[in-house]
Amino acid sequence: MANTGWNEFEIGAMLRTFEGKIDDIAGTLQEDRAYTQNSSFSASVADWRIEKPVFNKDFCIDCQFCWIYCPDISIISRDKKMIGVDMDHCKGCGICVEVCPTNPKSLLMFSEQADEEAELAQWPAKDKEKK
Amino acid sequence: MSEMKKIKNLKEFSTSADRFEGANLLCPGCAHSIIVREVLNATNDDLVLSASTGCLEVCTAVYPYTSWDASWIHIGFENGSTAVAGAEAMYKALKTKGRLKQPDRNPKFVSFAGDGASYDIGFQWISGCMERGHNIMHVVLDNEVYANTGGQRSSSTPIGSSSTTAPAGRVSYGEKKNKKDMVAIMASHNIPYAAQVAPNKWKDMVKKIQHGFAVDGPVFINAVSPCTTEWKFDPKDTMHLTDLSTDSLVFPLYEIIDGHELNITYRPKDVVPVEEYLAAQGRFKHLFKDEYKYLIKEWQERVDAQWAHLNRREEARV
Ligand SMILES: Cc1ncc(C[n+]2csc(CCOP(=O)(O)OP(=O)(O)O)c2C)c(N)n1
Ligand code: SF4
Ligand SMILES: [Mg+2]
Repeated sequence: MANTGWNEFEIGAMLRTFEGKIDDIAGTLQEDRAYTQNSSFSASVADWRIEKPVFNKDFCIDCQFCWIYCPDISIISRDKKMIGVDMDHCKGCGICVEVCPTNPKSLLMFSEQADEEAELAQWPAKDKEKK
Repeated sequence: MSEMKKIKNLKEFSTSADRFEGANLLCPGCAHSIIVREVLNATNDDLVLSASTGCLEVCTAVYPYTSWDASWIHIGFENGSTAVAGAEAMYKALKTKGRLKQPDRNPKFVSFAGDGASYDIGFQWISGCMERGHNIMHVVLDNEVYANTGGQRSSSTPIGSSSTTAPAGRVSYGEKKNKKDMVAIMASHNIPYAAQVAPNKWKDMVKKIQHGFAVDGPVFINAVSPCTTEWKFDPKDTMHLTDLSTDSLVFPLYEIIDGHELNITYRPKDVVPVEEYLAAQGRFKHLFKDEYKYLIKEWQERVDAQWAHLNRREEARV
């Protein structure tokens, strides 16, 4: 499929995102879905990022603001808990950091090359000026 | 009617299994997908969807990929609404004839389109759908510009905004015509439900979407969709921009039931001056030059007048 020329496409196309039959998509979490190669879920936009979000669960209050406002379905929330960032689909927009209400923030942006462990070890302390 | 999904609070909402996927090609920070997620996650029922040509369609259906985990169709720029209306008409006919394999699944029919596709190019198609009474929801992703083709003005582009076909420069301050009042026009079709929504007020939005899914007949939703590329702001600030749009009352949140019963659904505690909303966006930058400052004053007066008008309509129930 990768080498299809511009004039070799069929007119009109039907793509299936799952293998086989799924009766209850709205009740099936991503990890339980048999995605095909035609779902953009199988692709990655990780190379778009210049900066990446790092998640520090120590300060997170599971408010889910990052989940609702993430444009890229990249905040992984399970059983009402924020458990991490999907780094294949995150484009590094930084919205999650902006909407995070904790002090210090539970998500911060770092350069794509930054070492996550090192950044977590030197996480900023609570800002006393801010309420 | 199927049972409405229970969404008491954000924690409960976050247990939803998204039917819209990442690695789509929308710009980082694009509000289109935040709106789409809130609409799709408002129900657990099956979905029959369409998208008219525009950023959302172009970026979520790049062959051989699709970002949609539901029946989804794209035909042209103008006819996303009629594509879904056709599917809905067929569904109704098969149901009447008793030929549906699973008659109690209650799919929801939703058409997504930009302001260009809705206010201008698909206008008569949408009007037809509203007039014929299809059981569909049309959602406008209103970024006030033809974003996908490089930022041409549409009839949703507001006064003073700089776009590629009405640019600000030595002789002009940009757009000279006021934005079309699409919610009022659609409500005038006497449809059961028309509303304006914003993704920052997710609870208000989900409530309106669920109301729209519950009524029988056409529903029109106008969703403000801040566009980082054309409004010219940093991608991380999308929600800040959305907050400014609702809290300055530039995008007031309200609903119109059966064409006449208008309810304001959000009254900001601290109303933000329109100037702050304009100042946060590059498309209005030139308005802050001395010779154009009068336009900022006129902007505020227009927003105040619109708010007073909505309040009067709410009171009078007309
Ligand atoms: C009939 C027709 N005219 C023009 C175009 C070119 N075109 C494709 S997308 C687009 C702009 C879409 O603007 P809008 O509907 O506001 O959606 P947005 O990209 O802003 O989300 C245009 C002009 C087209 N595809 N079909
Ligand atoms: S140009 Fe605007 S509407 Fe289009 S994908 Fe980018 S941010 Fe979204
Ligand atoms: Mg547009």
